Amino acid sequence: MGTRRRGERPLAMSVLLHAALVAASAVAIFPILWVLAISLRPGFAGSSEVRLFEASSLANYGYVLSETKLLVWLWNSVRVAFFTTVIGIFLSATAGYALSRFRFPGHRPLMWTFLITQMFPAAILLVPLYNILNGLGLIDTHTSLVFACATVAVPFCTWMLKGYFDAIPIEIDEAGRVDGLTPIGTFWRLIFPLARPGLAVTAFYTFLQAWGEVCYATAFITSDDKKTLALGLQTFVTQHKQEWGYLAAASILVTLPAGIVFFVAQKHLVAGLTAGGTKG
Amino acid sequence: MATAAGRLRRSWDKYWYAWAMVIPVTLVLGALVVIPLVRGIYLSFTDANERNVAATIGQLRLPDSFQVIGLRNYTDVLFGPSSKFWSVLARTGIWTFACTFLHYTLGLGLAVLLNRPLRGRAIYRVLLILPWAVPTFISAFAWKLILARDNGILNYALGGVGVGPLDWLGTDALALVSVIAVNVWVGVPFMMVAILGGLQSIPSELYEAAEVDGASSWQRFWHVTLPGLRTVSAAVILLGTIWSFNMFPIIFLMTGGGPGDATQILVTYAFVSAFEGVRDYALAATYGVLIVSILVVFSTFYRRALRASGEVW
Repeated sequence: MGTRRRGERPLAMSVLLHAALVAASAVAIFPILWVLAISLRPGFAGSSEVRLFEASSLANYGYVLSETKLLVWLWNSVRVAFFTTVIGIFLSATAGYALSRFRFPGHRPLMWTFLITQMFPAAILLVPLYNILNGLGLIDTHTSLVFACATVAVPFCTWMLKGYFDAIPIEIDEAGRVDGLTPIGTFWRLIFPLARPGLAVTAFYTFLQAWGEVCYATAFITSDDKKTLALGLQTFVTQHKQEWGYLAAASILVTLPAGIVFFVAQKHLVAGLTAGGTKG
Repeated sequence: MATAAGRLRRSWDKYWYAWAMVIPVTLVLGALVVIPLVRGIYLSFTDANERNVAATIGQLRLPDSFQVIGLRNYTDVLFGPSSKFWSVLARTGIWTFACTFLHYTLGLGLAVLLNRPLRGRAIYRVLLILPWAVPTFISAFAWKLILARDNGILNYALGGVGVGPLDWLGTDALALVSVIAVNVWVGVPFMMVAILGGLQSIPSELYEAAEVDGASSWQRFWHVTLPGLRTVSAAVILLGTIWSFNMFPIIFLMTGGGPGDATQILVTYAFVSAFEGVRDYALAATYGVLIVSILVVFSTFYRRALRASGEVW
């Protein structure tokens, strides 16, 4: 357990500190490096075969890009995540603003409802949603996944955006009102543009949530061409065949773009989440 | 009557725009959450399954033919002879507690280490956050690769020192430890970054004052750091508990709840009950209702405890 000490630190302490951090960092990055190493090794069969940077090739990448449906699944995941994000953000922006600024009757129950809704595991809504969407003929479509993901995305976005709106000084609203703007006008003309960074981060977070959704996708999607990444990648490693090399290459391809955006956004990610959580 | 109507009228004049702004979300949540929820609760009182729920086969439309059977699903699940509810609930409890405890303590430890002036801090920070950037289903695959019995690197390394090979995901107790470890790996970065944010908001004067008073470093941690983190801790522990309780992909993709039911938690168990073999909708709905009830009760008490100790939330 770390403690705080000012000024000089004994050498032994420094060594311990760095040792702890190096060990933790190694645990954090090892699985990622390992997947990378396997992805560069064609025909991977056992751990003893992997020597980093020896006989490495991009054959696995070539295979998953040209011979499998990876790009189809990728496109499916992008579509589902994109529409979920758009629905989440556009519906919840106004609600988040109203919850941030006005203490109207129904304010507290609504906040509480949003919090509870975020707690719903897929398990509770899975069956009734399945029945309802089945009745509408939507099973095995991406629309069904967008609807299912929106059950989490809408309250989540509202909660997070409320946190961001809370951080914008209320004087700006007051100035807008003095200039004769309606509350809704104030929101669209002044606050919405100011909250753009917060909107971007919320959008990204929602995108990632829908991107990684497994439960609804497993239950709703049956045909191979409609699978999302989380489902499609499972087909590389089944009871009958274990194509770890392809799985590894596909995993790296899927992680890379998200990872890059993630690093740009990560500082804001936590600020928004914990602000929403603590200022409710 | 007149005053009630008048009050409603005044309330409407004053707040109509606020209500107008929340109506779209309320309607969508109503359609996507409340209606399925109500139907789910209804299903839990029936014997609905794949065979008796309305279906369309070609041109043929079969109507619903399931019946309301009262509380029988609940009594079966909670007290039935073949019920696994209590054992799965106990495991869910162990899983949730172990994950949240390790998430928080490891996150706190790393955050405190990273909050000190030290060389290479930015690099450590980036490396330690990396697991967060990996989509959860990819993390599950990566760890499955590492833990594989026959060609996993872990057994290969252990073999080098004369241990194993161990069947990490195929032995009851080991499998549970493995999935907990993986979920901890997935969740620590969020905790660490959140707590790091909290640490940076603690005024350094407090530490200086404590030092002047002769507080040891442990005392400073206990009396300055931890109280200063109260708000952040309260939020991330609640979030972490709910996330772990509902964590589906890690367990589903790594072990599928097996071997046997050794790593089954309530959410995966409900899923398996509903969607493997003959789809038993009523049973899954019953589990769903029980899961939500547990979480709502937990959060209510949690919030009340926070309020009682002076938290505004």
